Amino acid sequence: MATPKKDTLLDWYRQMVLIRRFEERCAELYQQGLIGGFLHLYIGQEATGVGAVAALRENDHVITAYRDHGIALARGLDPKAVMAEMLGKRTGVSGGKGGSMHLADRERHFWGGYGIVGGHLPLAAGIALAAQYEEKDEVVLALMGDGATNIGYFHESLNLSAVWKLPVVWLIENNQYGMGTSVERASGAKELVRRALAYSSEDGSGMKMGPRIDGMDVLAVHDAVSEAIEHARKHGPILIESLTYRLEGHSMGDPQRYRTKEEVESFVESGPIGRFRQVLIDKYKGVESTLDKIDEEALQAVEDAVEFAQNSEDPTYEDLISHVYVD
Amino acid sequence: MPEITLIEGLRQAMDEEMARDDRVFITGEDVGPRGGVFRATVGLFDKYGADRVIDSPLAELSIVAIGIGAAMAGMHPICEIQFADYIFPAFNQIVNEAALIHYRTGGDWHCPMVIRAPYGGGIGGGLYHSQSVEAFFAHAPGLKVVIPSTAYDAKGLLKAAIRDPNPVMFFEPKKGYRLIRGEVPDGEDVLVPIGPANVTRQGTDVTVYAYGMMHHYALQAAQTVAAQDGIECEVVDIRTLVPLDKETVIASFKKTGKALIVYEDNRFLGYGAEIAAILSDEAFEYMDGPIRRLAGLDVPGVPFAHTMQDLFMPSPEKIASAIRDLAAY
Ligand SMILES: Cc1ncc(C[n+]2csc(CCOP(=O)(O)OP(=O)(O)O)c2C)c(N)n1
Ligand SMILES: [Mg+2]
Repeated sequence: MATPKKDTLLDWYRQMVLIRRFEERCAELYQQGLIGGFLHLYIGQEATGVGAVAALRENDHVITAYRDHGIALARGLDPKAVMAEMLGKRTGVSGGKGGSMHLADRERHFWGGYGIVGGHLPLAAGIALAAQYEEKDEVVLALMGDGATNIGYFHESLNLSAVWKLPVVWLIENNQYGMGTSVERASGAKELVRRALAYSSEDGSGMKMGPRIDGMDVLAVHDAVSEAIEHARKHGPILIESLTYRLEGHSMGDPQRYRTKEEVESFVESGPIGRFRQVLIDKYKGVESTLDKIDEEALQAVEDAVEFAQNSEDPTYEDLISHVYVD
Repeated sequence: MPEITLIEGLRQAMDEEMARDDRVFITGEDVGPRGGVFRATVGLFDKYGADRVIDSPLAELSIVAIGIGAAMAGMHPICEIQFADYIFPAFNQIVNEAALIHYRTGGDWHCPMVIRAPYGGGIGGGLYHSQSVEAFFAHAPGLKVVIPSTAYDAKGLLKAAIRDPNPVMFFEPKKGYRLIRGEVPDGEDVLVPIGPANVTRQGTDVTVYAYGMMHHYALQAAQTVAAQDGIECEVVDIRTLVPLDKETVIASFKKTGKALIVYEDNRFLGYGAEIAAILSDEAFEYMDGPIRRLAGLDVPGVPFAHTMQDLFMPSPEKIASAIRDLAAY
C-alpha cells in the first residue's frame, strides 16, 4: 500500500490530537458537573478510529458503539456541535436528546453511536443490504468493542453478512476489556478475529478472517482497513481486529480494580499519539514546529467548542415532544 | 437499629440467602470481583467464590436463559441485568420460557429464579440508562413483579423473591440506591412477603398510589401538601406489582374517594392504567373525583439533556401540584 502524502499524515495527526484534547476537556467538564450521565472516553484508541475512518470514501458508511466521540470527530463532525451534545444543548448534533453515547450525522454517513451493546451490528448489515440492493458502490465500516462480540447480535450479523455477501468491514476494537471483564474471561476465542471462521467455508467463501492489527499504529490500521474495505467492496464481509487499549476507565468514575497501574503505564509509553509523532519527526526533517502548531490549534478548537456549547441554549418542552413521529 | 441504604439492603439479602441455601447463585456482567456496576454484589465474590458469583460475558439473553435452565434443574439463580434498558435481548426467554414453563408442563417444572435490574430515570443517564420496563413484564402472567422503595423492603422482598418458587422480576429504583436509607434490624431474618401493598401514610383526602422512586417522592409530596395546604394524603406503596394487592388498593380508595397514581414509565398503557381500571370497575360508587395519573411523558425515551429529563420525570413538586388539583376537585 502506498504511503499517504505528508498532508494526509499531518491531518491524521491533527485528528488524533484533537480527539485527545477533546476527551481530556470532556473529563474536566464531567468533573465540574457540566457533562452529566455516563461518559466513555476514547483516550488510547485514537489510532484505530482515525486510521480506520480515513480509509473510507465519503459515500461509505460508518457506525459504532457508545464510545463514539473519536469516531465522530474523525468522520469530520464539527467539534462545536459534538461538544454541545455532550452538554445536552439544542445546538448539539442530536439536539441534546442523545448525549455523549449517541452522536450521529446523516450527511457524513455517520450512523451513530449506539448505547445498547451490539444492537447496532444488525443495523450495519441492513445498511449494507440497502447499498447492495441499490447497487451502490458503498461499504459499511462497523466498529465494536471486544465485549460486543459475545452477544448474539454479533453472531447473527456476521452470519447474515456472509450468506448475503454484504459489503461490511466488521472491525473489533479490542481494548482488552469489556467494562471490567477481560477478553479471556468472556470469550472462547482469545484471538477474536478467529470467530470469522465460524462463518466461513473451506473453499474460502463466506466471512473472511482478516488480520489482527497493531491498533496503536495509525499507519498499520489504515493499511489493514483499506485492504479490508477493498475486499468488502469486491467480495463481501471481512472481520478484522485492532489491538488497542483504553488508557482511562470504562467510564468516568471507574475504580479500575480489574487491572494494575503498571499495566496501564506500559501502554502510556506506546501510546498512539507519541508514537505517530515520532514517526513523523523521523520521516520529515524539521516537522516539529508544524506539529507543535497543530497541537496548539487542537487545544484552541476544543476551547472554542466548549465556549460554543456553554453559550448554547438548553432544549425546551417543544424539543422534548418533537420527533416522536414523522409528520 | 443500623441505618442502611437501599442497595445495602439488597446486598445483605443476597448474602444471607446464599449463606442459607447453596443452590442460590448470582450471574451477570461484572457481578464478581467488581461487585456489579452499582456495587450491589460487592464482597460476595470473595465470600462465596467464582462458582457462585459468576461473571458472564456480555450476553443478556444467556444470562437469563442459563438462569431459567438452572432454575428448572433445581437451582435458585439470581440473574443481574446491569440496567433494565438492556433486558430486551432476554425478553423472549422471560415471557416465552420463564413465564410459561410451569403452566405448559402442567406443573412438572417450575422456575424459581430472580431477575434483578436497576430501572428508572433522574440520573442523567439518557435514552438507554433511564428506562422503566415494569409494564412489559407485568403484562405476562406467570411472572411476579416486585419493586421495593425502602431499604427494609429491598432486603425483605429480595429475600422473599429468592425463596419464591416462581420467576420474579425484581426492579430496583437506581436513583434511590444510595439516596434512600432506612433502619433495618441486624441479625434477624427480615422477610417481606411478596403480595401485600403497604399503606405508608394514613390520610383521608386523596390516595396516592406509587412504587419505587415515585413512592419515595409521593411521601415527600404528601408531607408538603399537609404542611402547606392541610391536605391529608393516604400513600400506598404498591411494591408487589404482580400479583397486585387489590384489597389494600381498593380499601384506601373507599376511604378517600380520590386516586392519584404516580409512575415514571410512559403514561399510555403504563402500570397505573391497570390500577385506574380496577378502581373504576370495583369501587365506582366511592369515586369522588377523576382517577388521575401522573406519569412519564409519551415520548420514546428519557432524553439526555437535563432540562428535558426534568420535564419528562414526575417530581415531588409535580406530585404535590397534582394532589392539590385533585383535592380541590
Ligand atoms: C446490551 C447491553 N448490555 C450491557 C451494557 C452495559 N455495558 C456498556 S459498555 C459494556 C462493555 C462493553 O465492552 P466493549 O464492547 O469491549 O466496549 P468498550 O467499552 O471496551 O469500548 C457493558 C457491559 C450495554 N450498554 N448494553
Ligand atoms: Mg472493550
